[in-house]
Amino acid sequence: MSKQTTSYYVPSQSHWPIVGAIGLFLIAVGAGTMVQQMSTEQSSGGWILSLGVIIIIGMMIGWFNDVIREADQGLYSAQMDRSFRQGMSWFIFSEVMFFFAFFGALFYVRTISVPWLGGSSNNEMTGQVLWPEFEAIWPLITTPSGDTTQAMGWKGLPLINTVILLTSSITLHFAHKGLEDNKRKQLTILLAITALLGLSFLFFQAEEYVEAYREMGLTLSAGVYGNTFFLLTGFHGLHVTIGTIMLFIMLGRVIKGHFTPQRHFAFQATSWYWHFVDVVWLGLFFFVYIL
Amino acid sequence: MNTATTTQGSHDSRGHDSSEHDSGEHHDQNAHDHKPKGIMRWILTTNHKDIGTLYLCFSFLMFLIGGAMAMIIRAELYQPGLQIVEPNFFNQMTTVHGLIMVFGAVMPAFTGLANWMIPMMIGAPDMALPRMNNWSFWILPMAFAILLSSLFMEGGGPNFGWTFYAPLSTTYSPPSTALFVFAIHIMGISSILGAINVVVTIINMRAPGMTYMKMPLFVWTWLITAFLLIAVMPVLAATVTMVLTDKFFGTSFFAAAGGGDPVLFQHIFWFFGHPEVYIMILPSFGIVSAIIPTFSRKKLFGYSSMVYATASIAILSFTVWAHHMFTTGMPVAAELFFMYCTMLISVPTGVKVFNWVATMWRGSLTFETPMLFAIAFIILFTIGGFSGLMLAITPADFQYHDTYFVVAHFHYVLVTGAIFSIMAAAYYWLPKWTGNMYDERLGKIHFWASLISVNVLFFPMHFLGLAGMPRRVPDYALQFADFNQLVSIGGFAFGLSQLIFLVVVVKCARGGEKAPAKPWEGAEGLEWDMPSPAPYHSHTTPPVIK
Repeated sequence: MSKQTTSYYVPSQSHWPIVGAIGLFLIAVGAGTMVQQMSTEQSSGGWILSLGVIIIIGMMIGWFNDVIREADQGLYSAQMDRSFRQGMSWFIFSEVMFFFAFFGALFYVRTISVPWLGGSSNNEMTGQVLWPEFEAIWPLITTPSGDTTQAMGWKGLPLINTVILLTSSITLHFAHKGLEDNKRKQLTILLAITALLGLSFLFFQAEEYVEAYREMGLTLSAGVYGNTFFLLTGFHGLHVTIGTIMLFIMLGRVIKGHFTPQRHFAFQATSWYWHFVDVVWLGLFFFVYIL
Repeated sequence: MNTATTTQGSHDSRGHDSSEHDSGEHHDQNAHDHKPKGIMRWILTTNHKDIGTLYLCFSFLMFLIGGAMAMIIRAELYQPGLQIVEPNFFNQMTTVHGLIMVFGAVMPAFTGLANWMIPMMIGAPDMALPRMNNWSFWILPMAFAILLSSLFMEGGGPNFGWTFYAPLSTTYSPPSTALFVFAIHIMGISSILGAINVVVTIINMRAPGMTYMKMPLFVWTWLITAFLLIAVMPVLAATVTMVLTDKFFGTSFFAAAGGGDPVLFQHIFWFFGHPEVYIMILPSFGIVSAIIPTFSRKKLFGYSSMVYATASIAILSFTVWAHHMFTTGMPVAAELFFMYCTMLISVPTGVKVFNWVATMWRGSLTFETPMLFAIAFIILFTIGGFSGLMLAITPADFQYHDTYFVVAHFHYVLVTGAIFSIMAAAYYWLPKWTGNMYDERLGKIHFWASLISVNVLFFPMHFLGLAGMPRRVPDYALQFADFNQLVSIGGFAFGLSQLIFLVVVVKCARGGEKAPAKPWEGAEGLEWDMPSPAPYHSHTTPPVIK
């Protein structure tokens, strides 16, 4: 049961939501058009998409500014704070389910569809009639139709990236501790280190992709091993990118003197998000790279 | 659940203007005390009632558009042979009809009802995150504008069925599939944000004393529905993403040549899809659980068992998805598992039906329009449930699969189930929303016209399916002609009957007999302690729950 405070702030009319809706509309139209135009010379889709992204960024800046201003005016109660925190938790849960679907696809492919194509279970004829040469092994470096690729090992860049992300989770935790204990120097330095670790993760990830494409022939279209590899690591990388941007924004706000030991929802949310990204990476490292 | 607050002792006499002045702490809200005027009120609003109204109006518009598509389908199927539309256009109609009715009509209608009712029912001033609430709504018209406009593009709109099975949606789909994918993406964002808002509102915004087990069942069912939404809408997003990359970026998730499997699509889709169908029925259970006690003038029978039954249905919904896929060649062990889990769902559902009937037992029943729709819901939804049980039996399903029997089944649960409950809810709460009583005579005409026509429309489909007529075909064997004609006549009649509803709502919104705060003698709940129409801002200070 909720503990009721004196009043719950219901904001007045706001134009940010409709701006956001228009932004999403342009992103959807732009992305949809751009994908259709990939093999042509036209580029209108890309422009619409960029416009949508700019509008969404503008919306977020404006919206968050409103929220920060309202919080500074003392309009928010403890109950409001709980709404924000619960909202963020449920949002992260929805993100977990998004990754869950891709992990589900990976498990299905590894334990069911690839073995079945090789003739296991009651699919002996599938194996013999369709692709008699096909051998069901994982990583699937030779697809049933004969495309070949190489598997990405876990040593080297992936291992370095694992260490980087784990370290960043620890530094962020102690940055948060610094904030709660009002040790601003510890907060600033550790937060800056966390953000830089995020950046270096992205750098190595990009390096890994370049290596996969240039030297290993491991591409997005290299059969279902490449598909699951790139979609899982790609969406994770996208989340790291968003998380890193959030960390840098938090760093900027910390330097400007925002947040108090009691009131720092945005920092808390960023920290949760970053830990979530870290946990997803551990799953990835284990199931995509090692196993 | 009576309320009495120190600051708002005389609920009935206060208009929305005086509500703010009741308590001194609310000076920061005085600036937006009055309803803003004009169209910008609706575009910029953060008010849960405005947003609820927007959702409901949008949903009805989509209901009419999706209904018009159904009329085209039934006109083409009025007789065998191809006469009105091209087969490819027919496929687009079945596809977009399904997408619109599921995502554009039923789900937004429930979200609209949630927006209107939940804050009033739990004693909250508004939804927990009012700005995000507005965003959730306004994404929807954008998404459906994209989806509908894709019908007019080169190559046509989506034509692969609302379930967009691969390879229909990948190898064989029109170029506009890219737009379909991104429309689904932003629509999913809308649903997730809306669901987060509902969950946070219910968990965090209840008035003191409103314990979980005192919440009205509509609130309970929506809490569980919202949880399902947050859990499965991201899975839908992942599914459409894989369709996009398979079609445009050379991946082979759903293509065996690259090591994938078209059946994988069905697994992921139905992992979303089956909880999704409960998303479209659980709020109905909440609505019926509010209406039946009111017009029986009795407490709901077995409140806590209703709560547990709802939760059980939600949990089981994650373990039954492959009953949509019995004919795909799964191992027998899997078929058995999904068959038994599916049959298990009829236990909590049976508990619910029993409780509703037990609530009516020896009650002082009256049959106003909401009650009529609610009773029709119980009977007809149960018929849909029984045909679902038939479909759950794996060996029998091999005959029914992809026939009109399936079409009959899910229209019984979705039209006479979900839509009837939405109609019931609209009649039940219209006096609260508008401050006027609706035209009871017209309401009853609407009910009887709908009830008769909907059964003429969907009941013969059972027999068509059992006789072997496949679904999603623009043409059929001569032996099915008579029943199809009957079905089409029922369809046109049902479509026309819904215009009566439009008339009732418009009349009620414009005037009529003034409604008291509690127009239904047996009604319970905080919403009836507020005047009718409900003031612009709900409980600005929380009521005390006894």
